[in-house]
Formats: sequence, structure tokens, C-alpha cells
Amino acid sequence: MRSVNTEIALTHLLSRKRQTLVAALGVTIGIAMYIFMNSLVMGSNRYQDNAVFKTTPHIRIYKEDEMSKPLRADSSGNNKTVIINPKISNITKNLVNPLKLLEDIKKQKDVTSAALFVNANLFYNNGKSQLDGNALGMNIMEGNAMFDIQSTMVDGELKILLNTPNGIIIGAGIADKLSLKMYDNVSIISSIGVIKLMKVVGIFKSSNTFTDKSKSYMNLAAAQQLQGKGPNYVTDIYVDIKDPEQASKFAILLHELTGYTAEDWQSANELFVAGKKIRTIMFGCISWAILLVAGFGIYNIMNMTIAQKLNDIAILKATGFSGSDVVKIFILESLIMGILGTCIGLVFSSISINLLSHVYIGADIGYFPIQFEPLVTFQGICVGMMVTLFAGYIPARKAAKVDPIEIFRK
Amino acid sequence: MKKNSVLRTSGIGKYFYDPVKFKALDDITFEAYQGEFLTLIGKSGSGKSTLLYVLSTMDTEYEGDLFIDGEKITGQTLDKLAAIRNKNIGFVFQFHYLLPEFSCLKNIMIPALKLGKYSSKEIEEQAYKSMEVLGVQDQALKPAAKLSGGQQQRVAIARAMINNPKIIMCDEPTGNLDSKNTQIVFDIFQRISKEFGQTIIAVTHDNDFAKASDRTIELADGKIINHDLKF
Repeated sequence: MRSVNTEIALTHLLSRKRQTLVAALGVTIGIAMYIFMNSLVMGSNRYQDNAVFKTTPHIRIYKEDEMSKPLRADSSGNNKTVIINPKISNITKNLVNPLKLLEDIKKQKDVTSAALFVNANLFYNNGKSQLDGNALGMNIMEGNAMFDIQSTMVDGELKILLNTPNGIIIGAGIADKLSLKMYDNVSIISSIGVIKLMKVVGIFKSSNTFTDKSKSYMNLAAAQQLQGKGPNYVTDIYVDIKDPEQASKFAILLHELTGYTAEDWQSANELFVAGKKIRTIMFGCISWAILLVAGFGIYNIMNMTIAQKLNDIAILKATGFSGSDVVKIFILESLIMGILGTCIGLVFSSISINLLSHVYIGADIGYFPIQFEPLVTFQGICVGMMVTLFAGYIPARKAAKVDPIEIFRK
Repeated sequence: MKKNSVLRTSGIGKYFYDPVKFKALDDITFEAYQGEFLTLIGKSGSGKSTLLYVLSTMDTEYEGDLFIDGEKITGQTLDKLAAIRNKNIGFVFQFHYLLPEFSCLKNIMIPALKLGKYSSKEIEEQAYKSMEVLGVQDQALKPAAKLSGGQQQRVAIARAMINNPKIIMCDEPTGNLDSKNTQIVFDIFQRISKEFGQTIIAVTHDNDFAKASDRTIELADGKIINHDLKF
């Protein structure tokens, strides 16, 4: 059976439908904006993260340059001291026993993939024109799993590289500048002077023109040859983990495990991370402000209602309704307005998200990076309910404190 | 016939502090009996309404003790008091205080729905019965605001009676009515007290109304000066 409190609350709301609707619409706008804006932020953050992860692994393990140590003063007493300028010591950058390291890393919990890479600085030559850049030597399939290279390919196939020991996949900028096409030969000179003739087996175009003008992919062995080293020469191990947000913690662990420098993607892309934070905070503030206004809307209307209904509250209390009954009645009224507003708000936000997700932006973004976010929606509902509860509770408490005698004696 | 006491006070006193400390009630001790039609009269400011609100359990700031139906009321929690009012006391005021959004029927039913002792169907039947007694059954489904003053007051009386309370308390119940409606309301009170055995305690300044009641207590300056005023 419906309780009498519910019945009174419903009758109150139904007898002033317009006011109820106006208060509900306040919540609608608040919730819709909250969900819409936060979905927007989440979508663009996700897009940016993905863009970062196309060139950066979650964690990169490499050998940091070491500075040569100055010799100390001889403490034996003959006062001979050798002074030198500290410099980067010219030791090779390879990781010792990379296969063992890789095996150890792969054993770690939460590691989704890990692979060996060789970074090499080099020059691309075609005839007289020369272009500097760098190459990443790898097993192209492992690299693809990490960076989704396939999605950036505009010509050629990754598979061809597997079967072409001297194959190279170059950025579209390099191809333009050196007027290279598929299966053209390009002469590569590495930083230590090794010259190698390679065949273009693919052209990629990423979102970053600088990358397109300098970067290329090749087989691990080819990169090792360019460095004049054998198959044990590996400069980097790239590691992807389950939750990229945990990368900085995980990096410390990997550093302890391997003894080499482990750099997480956040510290490699601080600007991105800062931009993400700013976006999140900015839109968070805006959406909260809108929600707060909606809360004030409900507060205002409940306050007005209660001021108009002092007589009714007095007689309810006289006929045996307790203070908590009165609170229940008015909280229920604001809750119903909140639920109504939230429901309409969900519809509105879904519509606007859907509309925006069909807006074409261009470049490699394609359509606007926004989608239905269950977490944000859930948060929106919770926050909306919280705001309405709070906005309803304050006036309702005031109503509960109404002294009927004061009303009757007037 | 032995008289059953339904309400008893002992030494009730009350102060007002605003604007200056002032003793509004002083050592009020009396009893009201079952089926009695009791009126409280006195000049403006004599404390009769103040006393009624103390008796009503809505005012809790007083000294002395109040007993309703043998149960000590003084010192109970507010929630308990609300439950006691719901069950034992009906109210009729100078103004009807009907809830404007509800039909007359719903207005009458609300205290009984709150009590929750009977199903809403039974309550509805009961409400129709008392509306018939009061001659307002035709207005049952109209909103309370659409009725005339006399009809509204009768609906308010029906609301006061719905839970079969031991006591019905009235503050100037006829203060807003013409003489014809006053007579009707008075007859109803007579019937209620005689036929249903409910006690009526009414504050009034209408001497004719008081004269016709069973007993009249007169107050002056917060004290009872006459327990059984004869006109």
C-alpha cells in the first residue's frame, strides 16, 4: 500500500505540474551538461592517450647515458691529482643480455606485452638529397601490437617487411621529400657510418608531421647491422601494461628488476599529462557549477513551496504527522523532481553525445572522439541524486521545525 | 453515573519571554470527563488559547503535568506526542485548515491513513459515514477550496472525528461562521459528545455558545476563576 506521505508528496507535485517541471528541467540541464562534458573530456583524453601510445610505449627501458667520473685526489699524501672534464662516457647503449631481461619482464604480473627494439639515428639519401632521422628496428608484428602501425599505413603492407630483410617502412614526409615510392631503393647511412641500401616496403602517415618527416621502421637485424652490431645488440625494451595509469609505479618496479632506466609514458609526455589534467579540472568545474545551479533551483522551489504551505504543515503536525514525516514528504518531492530531471537529462545527454559523435573533424581523428561513457553516466546519476537530496533536505528540515501553534494563533 | 476522567492537569504554568517575562498560565488544575462538552472562556489575553495548546500536546514548554486517558503526557518525545495526537485528539480551529490540493474526502481520510489501523477502503466508508452525519456527503469529491465556510468547517470536524479520538479540541470553532452555521456546528458538537461519548474542549468567546455547553471554565490572567460558570 502506498504510504500517506507518498500520497501527499505526489498530490503536491501533481497540483503544480509546471513548477515541478521547471525544477526538474533545471536538474535535466545540469545532468545533461555534466554527462555530456565529462564524456567529452573522457573521449578526448582517450583519443590523446591513444595518439601518445601510437609512438610511446607505457614504459621504455633503456640505458641512460653515464657521465665519466672525475678522478679523486690521491689520498695517499703525494698530492698528485688528475683533473678531467666530466663527459658522457662513450659506452655502447645496448642492454646486457636482453633476452633474459625480456623473459623476466614478461613474467611480471600485469605486463600485456614487451618487445625488444633498436633505436638508430641515420640519414636517408636519395641521389644528392639527404634527410636525417631515426629508425626503429623491431619485429614488425610485435611493434604493430604495441603501436597499431597498421592503422597509419597509407601504402604497402607490414607483412612484406617480414619477408624483406632490407625492407624499410618510411614516413610520408620522407617519401615526399625524397620522392620515394613503393619498392624504391633508399640509401641509409647510420650515425657510425655504416651504409646500407634498403627497399621501401611501406609508407605511413601519423598525426605528427615531424614523425612523418623523420621516422622509419625496419627489421631488428637491419637496425643492428646499421649500428655495426650483432643480434645481441638491443637498445630498448618497450613494455605495455594492463592499466597505463599505473605506469609510473610499474616503472619503479621494472627499474629495480632490470637495473636500467625505466621511463613511464607520463614522464615522457608531461605536456600531454598536464593538458589532460587541465581539461579534466576545467570541465569538472563547469559541470559542477551547472549542477549546483540546478540544485539551487530545487532548493528555491522547495523553499517557496514550504513557505506557501505553512498552514498545511501545521495541520499535518496537529493531526499526528511527526517532524520526520514532514521531512520525508518534502524530500520525496525533491527526489521525484530530481529523478524526473535526471531521466530527461539522460535522454538529452545521449542525444547530444550521439549528434556530436557524428560530427566529422578530419585528419586522423575522423569523427569527434565522444561516446557513451557508462562510468560518467553512473556518476552523473549519483551526483544528480546527491544534489537534489541535499537541496531538498535543507528546506524540508525547516518545514519539520515549523511550530504549529505559531501558525494557529495568527 | 460515575464520570470517567479523560484529561487531567495538575498545576500547569507557562511563561512567555517575549517581549518581557510574563506568566501566561498559573497553576491550572482541572479535569475533563468522558462525553463532556466543555468550554473555556475568558477575555482576550486570559490564557484560554494558551491553555488549549498546552492541552493539545503541541506546546511542550510548560510546568506541571498533563494526563490524557490516564497516561502522563508531560515529558514524552515529540514523535510520541504526534502519535498521541493522531490517536486521541481531534482538532477544529477557527479556520478550517483543509489541504487545498486534496478532495474533502481525502482531507478527512489523511489522519486515519496516518494512523494506519484500517485499510483505506474501510477508512473511506467511515469518512462517508461521518460526512453523512455532518450533511456534507455531497461535497466529498470536491476540492476543499470550493466549499462554503460552513461546509468547510463541517469537513474539518469530520476530519477531527475520523480516528474516533477521545477528545476533540476546538479553538474558536464558530469564530468565522454566521449564526446559522454556528447553530449547526453547535448541534454537531452536542451530538458528538452525547451520542459518541467524545469529550469536547472548546475555547470560545461566544457566551451563547458557552452557555449551552455542559460546563464552562472561566479564565482570567492565566488563572481559573470559575470551574463551573453559571450564566
